[in-house]
Amino acid sequence: MKPFTKHDGLVAPLDRANVDTDAIIPKQFLKSIKRSGFGPNAFDEWRYLDQGEPGKSNHDRPLNPDFVLNQARYQGASVLLARENFGCGSSREHAPWALEDYGFRVIIAPSFADIFFNNCFKNGILPIVLPAETVDRLFREAFVNEGYALTVDLAAQTIATPTGDRIAFDVDPERKNRLLNGLDDIGITLQFVDRIKAYETQRRQEAPWLFQ
Amino acid sequence: MARTLYDKLWDAHVVHTEPDGAALLYIDRHLVHEVTSPQAFEGLKLAGRAPWRTASILATPDHNIPTADRDKGIVDPVSRTQVETLDANCAEFGLTEFGMADPRQGIVHVIGPEQGFTLPGTTLVCGDSHTSTHGAFGALAFGIGTSEVEHVLATQCLWQKKSKTMLVKVEGQLGKGVTAKDIALDVIGRIGTAGGTGYAVEFGGSAIRALPMEGRMTLCNMAIEAGARAGMVAVDEKTLAYVKATPRAPKGENWDKAEAWWRTLVSDAGAAFDAILEIQAEDIRPQVTWGTSPEMVVSVGDKVPDPNNAPNAVKKSDWERALHYMGLAANTPIAEIPVDKVFIGSCTNSRIEDLREAAKVARWATGAGRKVAGNVKLAMVVPGSGLVKAQAEAEGLHKDFLAAGFEWRDPGCSMCLAMNADRLERASAVPRPRTATSKAARGRVGVPTWSARPWPPPRRFMDISLM
Ligand code: SF4
Repeated sequence: MKPFTKHDGLVAPLDRANVDTDAIIPKQFLKSIKRSGFGPNAFDEWRYLDQGEPGKSNHDRPLNPDFVLNQARYQGASVLLARENFGCGSSREHAPWALEDYGFRVIIAPSFADIFFNNCFKNGILPIVLPAETVDRLFREAFVNEGYALTVDLAAQTIATPTGDRIAFDVDPERKNRLLNGLDDIGITLQFVDRIKAYETQRRQEAPWLFQ
Repeated sequence: MARTLYDKLWDAHVVHTEPDGAALLYIDRHLVHEVTSPQAFEGLKLAGRAPWRTASILATPDHNIPTADRDKGIVDPVSRTQVETLDANCAEFGLTEFGMADPRQGIVHVIGPEQGFTLPGTTLVCGDSHTSTHGAFGALAFGIGTSEVEHVLATQCLWQKKSKTMLVKVEGQLGKGVTAKDIALDVIGRIGTAGGTGYAVEFGGSAIRALPMEGRMTLCNMAIEAGARAGMVAVDEKTLAYVKATPRAPKGENWDKAEAWWRTLVSDAGAAFDAILEIQAEDIRPQVTWGTSPEMVVSVGDKVPDPNNAPNAVKKSDWERALHYMGLAANTPIAEIPVDKVFIGSCTNSRIEDLREAAKVARWATGAGRKVAGNVKLAMVVPGSGLVKAQAEAEGLHKDFLAAGFEWRDPGCSMCLAMNADRLERASAVPRPRTATSKAARGRVGVPTWSARPWPPPRRFMDISLM
């Protein structure tokens, strides 16, 4: 997993509550044998005017001009501003896979669905919960100012606005540590690499037939 | 201190224990198939990692594999992609794979033991719940999810909490025609599908020691249907003899060393279990499931139960829903239910010994001038592996099946999960297809299915389908 320390990114405001995982990545894409490559189909039903299918090229599909992520000013956004209960619905890990593949590294919302929130951390995305008024204010500023970007400093647990304001946020210390160091579950286990190797050396002597 | 078999297997594999009891366990053996591995391999590649120890891995496609006309390839593009992805991943990382054209290809849980890849005293995992099968060899074997498959590939370890231990002790002699699967279904009927939750179950007692290795595998395979984390049987002469005859068995000095250790893989006298279930072998009768869960089981001579006699309201509505789904009426004698399809196979019962038993019944039927009945739309035998198939043909078993009207197919999971083309079409008209197979779960093959326990199929049950 990529470490997450400080992130400076363009903000895309998705002004809807209760965005569920089926909206983030529709179910027909779950047949895939992959966990990457979902980015072009993130928010598929909102983003395109036709129906998306796995294996179908997305290049010449008709875009929905009304969908916020299709607007020129939000191209390249990596910070998603969202409303309450973001990521509700099924537990599919394909949702954070799709958002990450699209390019989002931070999602700011007043509240998140629980499983989705956990899944974000596993996939290198930082979900930040802020009070509803603060989120409201960020939405207003993002709509008014083209090129609106935020700087998220995980170590300091602050978000800096373009005018230099600092907004503090909470994050679980263990999760913060994993993100800062880019540790996934495997990364954490690999901190025990010396012990695993020592065990293996001993086992190789005791049960050599397992190593042939 | 006296230790159980599970304690010994556990202790031998702990790399590190956290203060909260979570232990990092070393994994000796990893079986890989096409369905649960693609995202794991992809995750590995995205992180720039590689399998920790390639020699610990054996891969084979089984779920999506056609059991007929294999030379024509896989028709369904989604199935084909999964199988090709496994091939590509194995080639990329240099893993041993028995591909679709390899004569050794088969169901993971059949080929592991057959190759001597499954060995006593090992920890063995696979992205498939029925991995408990391998516990029959005095091994600690259990199923894992895709993210854990990736974890084992990358680290050769898994984080686990120690389970409680349960001893299922079956003493005495099984009645005629009563098999390992009847023991499994009888146990599940007694403790329920969640009765084993949180436990590692050891099967012991004279009736278990009398079982051949195939029977012990069937039993451990079904431990998962009781909710257990793992099932296991202590090592004895039969275990050693079976392993010694496999291609990957340790040789020479290594064999002696291995054997000495393997012989210690039994629960010590006086070892304490958290739970003990004692069953008299003589009390076990041939079992058949009538519903949508393996705990909905009765003996062949019984009737379909009446929801009005259910022990409580929850069970009553469960039974009612199951009867409706199966299209069965309460109180119907089991022997009077017509069978629409017969599937002999799956990792529960598709080894050579199982096929020999089934072939006996087929031979008996043909000898009596009988064949698969006209109301049976499909009767198929799917061997567990290419080697099982070859052995069966060398013994002429396929002729017995063909003469009785069965189809003789190529190895794979087939109708068990129905990811390949062997799907049952649900008839809109009554009667619904009813199938005799090893699994009973709602919608698993897309239609009502019975776990006709099996081999040999209860005489009277078989009468119905062979009339
Ligand atoms: S035969 Fe059935 S239970 Fe066994 S591995 Fe295949 S799908 Fe799973």
